[in-house]
Amino acid sequence: MNKLVDNLNNLDDVRPSSLSHLESLESESIHILREVASECENPALLFSGGKDSAVVLHLALKAFYPERLPFSLLHVDTEHNYPEVIQYRDAVVSRNELKLIVASVGDSIKKGRVHLRAENEPRNKHQTVTLLDAIEEYGFDVCIGGARRDEEKARAKERIFSFRDEFGQWDPKNQRPELWNLYNARVFPGENIRVFPISNWTEEDVWEYIKREDIQLPSIYFSHQRAVVKRNSLLVPITDLTPARDGEVIEDMFVRFRTVGDITCTAPVASNARSIDEIIFETKTTRITERGATRLDDQTSEASMELRKKEGYF
Amino acid sequence: MDTNNPTTVSGLLRFITAGSVDDGKSTLIGRLLFDSKTLHEDQLSAIQASSRKRGMQSVDLSLLTDGLSAEREQGITIDVAYRYFSTPSRKFIVGDSPGHIQYTRNMVTAASTADVAVILVDAENGVKTQTRRHLYLAHWVGVSRVVFAVNKMDTIGHNQTTFELIRDSLINLAREIGYEAVDVIPVSALHGDNVVNRGENMPWYRGNTLLEYLEQVPGAHDSSNQIFRFSVQRVLRVNRDNVQKFSAFENIDCRGYQGLVLSGQVAVGDRIVVSHNGSEARVQRILLSNKRFGQAAISGQSVTIFLANDIDVSRGYTFSNPDQPMSVARDLDAALCWFDENPFDRSKTYLMKYGSDLMRVKVKEIQYRVDVNSLERLDAENRLAMNDIARIQLRSQRDIAFDKFAVNRETGVFILIDEINNHTVAAGTIQ
Repeated sequence: MNKLVDNLNNLDDVRPSSLSHLESLESESIHILREVASECENPALLFSGGKDSAVVLHLALKAFYPERLPFSLLHVDTEHNYPEVIQYRDAVVSRNELKLIVASVGDSIKKGRVHLRAENEPRNKHQTVTLLDAIEEYGFDVCIGGARRDEEKARAKERIFSFRDEFGQWDPKNQRPELWNLYNARVFPGENIRVFPISNWTEEDVWEYIKREDIQLPSIYFSHQRAVVKRNSLLVPITDLTPARDGEVIEDMFVRFRTVGDITCTAPVASNARSIDEIIFETKTTRITERGATRLDDQTSEASMELRKKEGYF
Repeated sequence: MDTNNPTTVSGLLRFITAGSVDDGKSTLIGRLLFDSKTLHEDQLSAIQASSRKRGMQSVDLSLLTDGLSAEREQGITIDVAYRYFSTPSRKFIVGDSPGHIQYTRNMVTAASTADVAVILVDAENGVKTQTRRHLYLAHWVGVSRVVFAVNKMDTIGHNQTTFELIRDSLINLAREIGYEAVDVIPVSALHGDNVVNRGENMPWYRGNTLLEYLEQVPGAHDSSNQIFRFSVQRVLRVNRDNVQKFSAFENIDCRGYQGLVLSGQVAVGDRIVVSHNGSEARVQRILLSNKRFGQAAISGQSVTIFLANDIDVSRGYTFSNPDQPMSVARDLDAALCWFDENPFDRSKTYLMKYGSDLMRVKVKEIQYRVDVNSLERLDAENRLAMNDIARIQLRSQRDIAFDKFAVNRETGVFILIDEINNHTVAAGTIQ
């Protein structure tokens, strides 16, 4: 320990008297992550390269600091990715010496576990099969995810430690009571708990934290020029998977992504925000929610997310 | 620390809304979100469409929080929905909690993390059974402050005299249950009076609007007691095989204790006692979440504590101030709320999660049950069914270091788990 005193001359002199909202949220998330690591046999941290999973990973690295992460990362890969996101994912993994498992929807298709109705259809909902197969193959008892309650109304109802039965099903009418900071992480073999350490964070909190902690993100989160068409009040990026339809006018616009997912169902928003400060300003003043502005698959019915979660989705 | 915020109230406030089924809880939250400009256009257009589909004339703000299809189908709240909004001075986490007695466990789930309970009362009907039950449960689970929103003031012509009668009965009821000071605010969630904006309908009311109240009220940790308690979640053992690259700990072997300061504070140089075995040690270093060493840590902070000498410490142990140690016993008195559909089974042992500790316990005796509607004591009848609240005696498989709930709400609480199915079957407070 004396060597530490020599090595580290960076004592914080501040005696705190109360916690800011970000400090409270961070502390709660770290407490949750430490509970998972202590109570569960074989957790996996779901990592897509998106901003929410980047924040959860950052919190996990802090929670166990200076120890390395005591569990692996799992990417349920739609294979409908922007290359910047995969480059980012791999850079993060190598920089932090993490163990990454990639379970791809493409493999599930090859194995006949997933059947496509159209070749380039969105693969978001198909991730459920790939995820559940990976959970079974690797024997994960817990999957740690970056979902937030402010994203969507079914998520707003979900526990921080969310129990899934052997079919991966969420039973929203019969959730385990979850009191104080006492979490029940117990499962039998084959069952699984989804743990959401940033349940109580908002989109704005995530951005403020990314700024405070200087967390690196894929470049497509920041304003860049991209070929898009306007379709149903959303901007649809033009890619090999998502060509323009007859009669649509392709425009080169300055856009950024508020959320990163399957190319075929994630839309960017018009934006000139190149810095985190500019993004925070836009987040504070936007009149449209994160999913409302960006997801092409959540609005099909009032209960799409609830239905997917009941089937085993994240 | 946040230098933009010179006040001492914490930057985050968690509150719940509770109250009788038709008292307008969800509408009130909708109003808070709407008038504080948190509601987004796509959310509003979604509930507009939904309201039209259900044949309603105006927008039903309660559709915002009733997020499950079964809830929208039945028009009731089954489980807590969390919502988030902020004003320039504070961030808020709102738990919209269910009113029906069969969802008591979801109501106490919501209340257990709340700093404040906003309890709605219908101005036309005054205090109802559910009002009493929710007030009792909020107190039972440890919510430190209560504010009543007397809603639907428009239906009684904004009458001051009627309001004052309700106010006085609420103050008396709250005192009976254990709240010495409560605030009572006349509101109309439907029209927005005294929620965010004052409105013009009740010039006789000069107190805070609901939002003003919420912006100023202290949070739980602002007023938590000063007795130091730190729950050890994890023993950190750093060596060259598991150290993070580029960390300041490379080439250093050491052992520390990761956990949460549950109450009070701790500073470098303080002596601590390990509640489970009485060993004492001095705090040598406190590693903060910013990966720097700090002088001190306060309640609510997740930190890592390094001690000056090696003593026996495992997950589940608690560090305390040696002048204010925890009590130690195998037999405990507790108040229990039973959640599970399967009633309590006398022949079983249950797992008790207490802090980060886990042990087997038996319920030795059920002394009496409480009728949460009338607050009267009922005969124990040797049974505990779903939603029953009872006073019991527990016996633990080994000595347990504990605090009474009345002394420390952070360390006086536990849950019971049934090992057969892993259900969280009950929650309790140590009496």
